Formats: sequence, structure tokens, C-alpha cells
Amino acid sequence: MILVYLEIRDSKVKKSSLEVLSEAKRRGEELGMKTEAALVGHGVDSLASEAFRYGASKVHILENSLLSRYSPSAYTKALLSLAEEVKPEAILFAATSMGRDLAPRLAAKLGVSLASDCTQASVKDGKLVVVRPLYAGKAFARFTFKSTPQMATLRPNVFPLVDPSDSQGETIKKAVVIPESQVKDRVVDVVKAEGAELDVTEADIIVSGGRGMKGSENFELLRELTSILPHSALGASRSAVDAEWIDHQHQVGQTGKTVSPNLYMAFGISGAIQHLAGMSSSKYIIAVNKDPEAPIFKVADFGIVGDLFQVIPPLKEELKKALSE
Amino acid sequence: MVEEGLNFVVSPYDEYAVEEALRIKEAKGGQVTVFSVGSEETKTVLKKCLAMGADEAVLIKDDTGETYDALRTAKIIAQVLKKKHTGFELLLFGKQSVGADNSQVPSMVAALLDLPQVNVVTKLEIEGNSGTAHREIEGALEKVSFPLPAVISAQKGLNEPRYETLKGIMAAKRKEIPVVTLQELELQPEELDPGLELVKMESPPSRQGGQIIEDEPDTAARKLVEFLRQDAKVI
Repeated sequence: MILVYLEIRDSKVKKSSLEVLSEAKRRGEELGMKTEAALVGHGVDSLASEAFRYGASKVHILENSLLSRYSPSAYTKALLSLAEEVKPEAILFAATSMGRDLAPRLAAKLGVSLASDCTQASVKDGKLVVVRPLYAGKAFARFTFKSTPQMATLRPNVFPLVDPSDSQGETIKKAVVIPESQVKDRVVDVVKAEGAELDVTEADIIVSGGRGMKGSENFELLRELTSILPHSALGASRSAVDAEWIDHQHQVGQTGKTVSPNLYMAFGISGAIQHLAGMSSSKYIIAVNKDPEAPIFKVADFGIVGDLFQVIPPLKEELKKALSE
Repeated sequence: MVEEGLNFVVSPYDEYAVEEALRIKEAKGGQVTVFSVGSEETKTVLKKCLAMGADEAVLIKDDTGETYDALRTAKIIAQVLKKKHTGFELLLFGKQSVGADNSQVPSMVAALLDLPQVNVVTKLEIEGNSGTAHREIEGALEKVSFPLPAVISAQKGLNEPRYETLKGIMAAKRKEIPVVTLQELELQPEELDPGLELVKMESPPSRQGGQIIEDEPDTAARKLVEFLRQDAKVI
């Protein structure tokens, strides 16, 4: 059986968790294994139906009011007791902030290794084979697992969702026994950044600016584009962040975030190797840059050599027109 | 990876961790000890931390080379702390190495030592026997409270690391860096067998550049939107 941890944010199962569930279902069918899901929290029963729609045959609900907010130590305890009981062959997480925090803690408690941030999964000899980027995407490594459960986190926005079905399944609810003193690291507050902007790792479209933006005030132009484009986020290169034009939450590349959106729009970004490493797995890349020799054009599917300040205004109008049709 | 002829440097995230430790020491007292697991060359990195102001440095000698297996590293670190350095209050890490990019060791050490953990921290406050940290998540910050001792991993933004001073460099030169071997830690070789097997290392799929145009802004913008709609079908 493959167990998938489902992350809840704003009372919903995260899309990246559903992507993991979808991949688990596909690989599970090859392996002849069922896919089950785990929900941790308080009052989360209604979310089980979402898990059935995306391929889970069974959902384990680990319930305690102390788990209503994330705590790595307490969530690990809950998942550890489930894993020891149901003995999955594999446990998969989305490589989100929470998945990257929680999965290694659980892996260490189970005494197994973990493959982080995988971008491909396949099956060989009844086991999983995963591919994960190393050196910020400059190399790809193929790993197999020597221990059980096989544990991996999967990069968001990479694995396609299965078509949702109207299947139903079994829900097993367990009250997690955990003394309050054991909830050591406790989230006491969540502060949304800058008007709840979408994070670059979760966006379908990223509108990104670099040194060519010339100043923080000009990022407003890119913000306007994100307000037009659906499910889009604002990105930036390291030089824009180091110049303090924009917060480093937006930084894409080696010392920032690695992203795989459907569309990456680079404005005034030359395309240093560290930046390319963080975004070259985007499905489509477009670039606007004054310098025809900029390395970003070597990876761009469509490039405009020109002044971004002159291109953005008509581009905004064209996009508005296209999206209203 | 070929490491010969390369300079060994403190990874950027580790620098934030060292800087934060030094700041806490300056504000509240205490002692800063720096650890690294690696070959003899790693001493260069530890020297730099001493020059920044760390009180002592310890090398845990492991010549195995990169295994990309974080559990192995975490077990070694946890064992050193259990056997030789109990009584610490705060364990600071960089949020990830530069290379394996695992982001696993801090959480794994926290698990093995049963300590609270906060990863990807951009702000840290210690007050008495407890602390509060801001942790970066998607589009938001989580404020996390925890008792000491605790494991923290540092993210860019936590602080601005200092440069080492000449005085610091001179003082660091005189300091001995004790070496702990894996045998001393009484870790069985089979305990340290990596749980992941590297089958193959590949180059990333290379991208082909596409169409590059140089047109009047209006025309260029129109062609771009056409491309997005008709070729890429992303809008």
C-alpha cells in the first residue's frame, strides 16, 4: 500500500497533495498496490471525499483538537503511529513547506532515508525509482530505496492530476492520543504576506523581474500583469532581491525557490545559471530583454529583444483582450 | 563531483546560522560551538566560523564523500551531541546544503533527539527557556513557539552575516580543531549505510531556444500573446 499525506491549508486539501495522490494511484496500479491517504487535524472529516475523488481507496483521519494547527513534533507522532500500524510500502508527501518539514522528521523516526523534491517517479522490480534534481537543478539523480517504507516528497506543479472520479471508499477515524506537553513546536499564528499573494511554487504562471526592472516601483508593472493573469505569482531574480526591490520570498533560483509553472515570463532577467537552475523546468518560458545576447534567450520558447518598459503596456492590453474573449 | 581545486566555503545558509548564534551569544551570553561532518578539508570552513567569532569548532571526520543521504549525516550529528556535547540550548543549521539540497538534516536531528524544530526561519527570538520563530511558508509566515533546547534552520533574511576581522582570523589560526572519528562515536557501519541508492546521475533535460523577435513594442506584444494562446495554449 502507498500512503499519501494530505496537507490541509485554509480548510482545503492542497492541490499539490492531490497531485501526489494522483501519482501514487498511477504508480500503485503498476505495483499492484492500493493507495491510501492520511489527514491530520481537527474536524477534517469532510475532506476525505476529496481524497476518494483523486484515487485513495481508504482515508485515515488522525484527529485531535491539539492538531488543529501544524506542529512538526505532534504531526510526526500521529503519522508514526499510523505508519507502524498499517505498514505502508511507501509514504509520499508533497514537497511543500510543510512536507519538507514533516517528511524528514517522520523518516528519521521510522529509521529510513528520504528522497526530497522528486520530479519523476517510476517503477522497477516492484519498487519505486525516483528522479530528483541536485545542485539546484544542475544535475538530475535517479535513486532507488534500500529501506521500507520508501519515502519521498514530490515537487508541486510537476505531477498531473488524475481525472477526478466519483468513487467512494472507507474512512477510518482515529483519536490521536497526545499529551499537550508533547506538542512542542506549535504554530501560534499565520501571517499572510502582502495581501495573500500566491506563492511562486504554487502558481501556474510566474511574472518575474530582474535587474532590468531598475527599481522597486517598477515591480508594480509586473504586479499589474499578475492581476490580469489567472493563478499567477510575482517572481524575481537574485539581483532584484539583493537590491531590495522585492522581498526574497519571491526569489527564483539557486538561493531562492525552484519552480515549475506552466508559463514563466522573465522581464529584464539576463538568465544567470543560478537563475536558470530554478526555473528551467517551466513548461513555457518567455523573455523580454534589451540584450540580444542574454543567456535567458537560449532557454526561452519565445523572446522579445526590446525595452520591457515599452513592451509591458501594449502587452497588458493584449492580454486583457485575449482573456476577455 | 570533482572537489579538487575548489575552495571550501561556508554554505550561505550555514553562515546565517553561525551569525545568528553569535548574535544570541552577544545579547545573552553563552558559548558557540561549530560542527561539521566531512573530510580534513572541512577544517577550512570551521576556521572561517572561528574567525567570525565562534568559541570552538569540532570536525567529525567522515571521508565517505557525498552520499546524498541525509539520515546518515543526521545520525552522526545526533550521536556526537548525545555522547559529547549534551547540555546545549539551541541547535542551528542552514536550511539546506548547497548540493544535495535535501533540507532534511535539521528535522532528522530534531527527530533523533526528540527536540522541537522550526525550519526555514527568517526571525528568531529567544526569551528565557523558550523562543519564537518566524518560518517562511507559501505566501505567508508561520509564527512558531517552542521550548529550549530546540532545532532551528536558517533562511536568507534571518540576518546579515558579518565578515571575519583580521583579529578574528589571527585568533582562529591559533585555535586547534579537535577531530572526532566515527569509531569514537561507536556507530556501526551498517547503521550508516545510505538508505538511498544512486543509480544514475544525468544532465538536466536541455531546452531548445525558440523564436526570438525584434519588433515594434505593439507588434511584439501582439505576437507574444498570439504565441501564448495558439502555440503554448497557456491562456
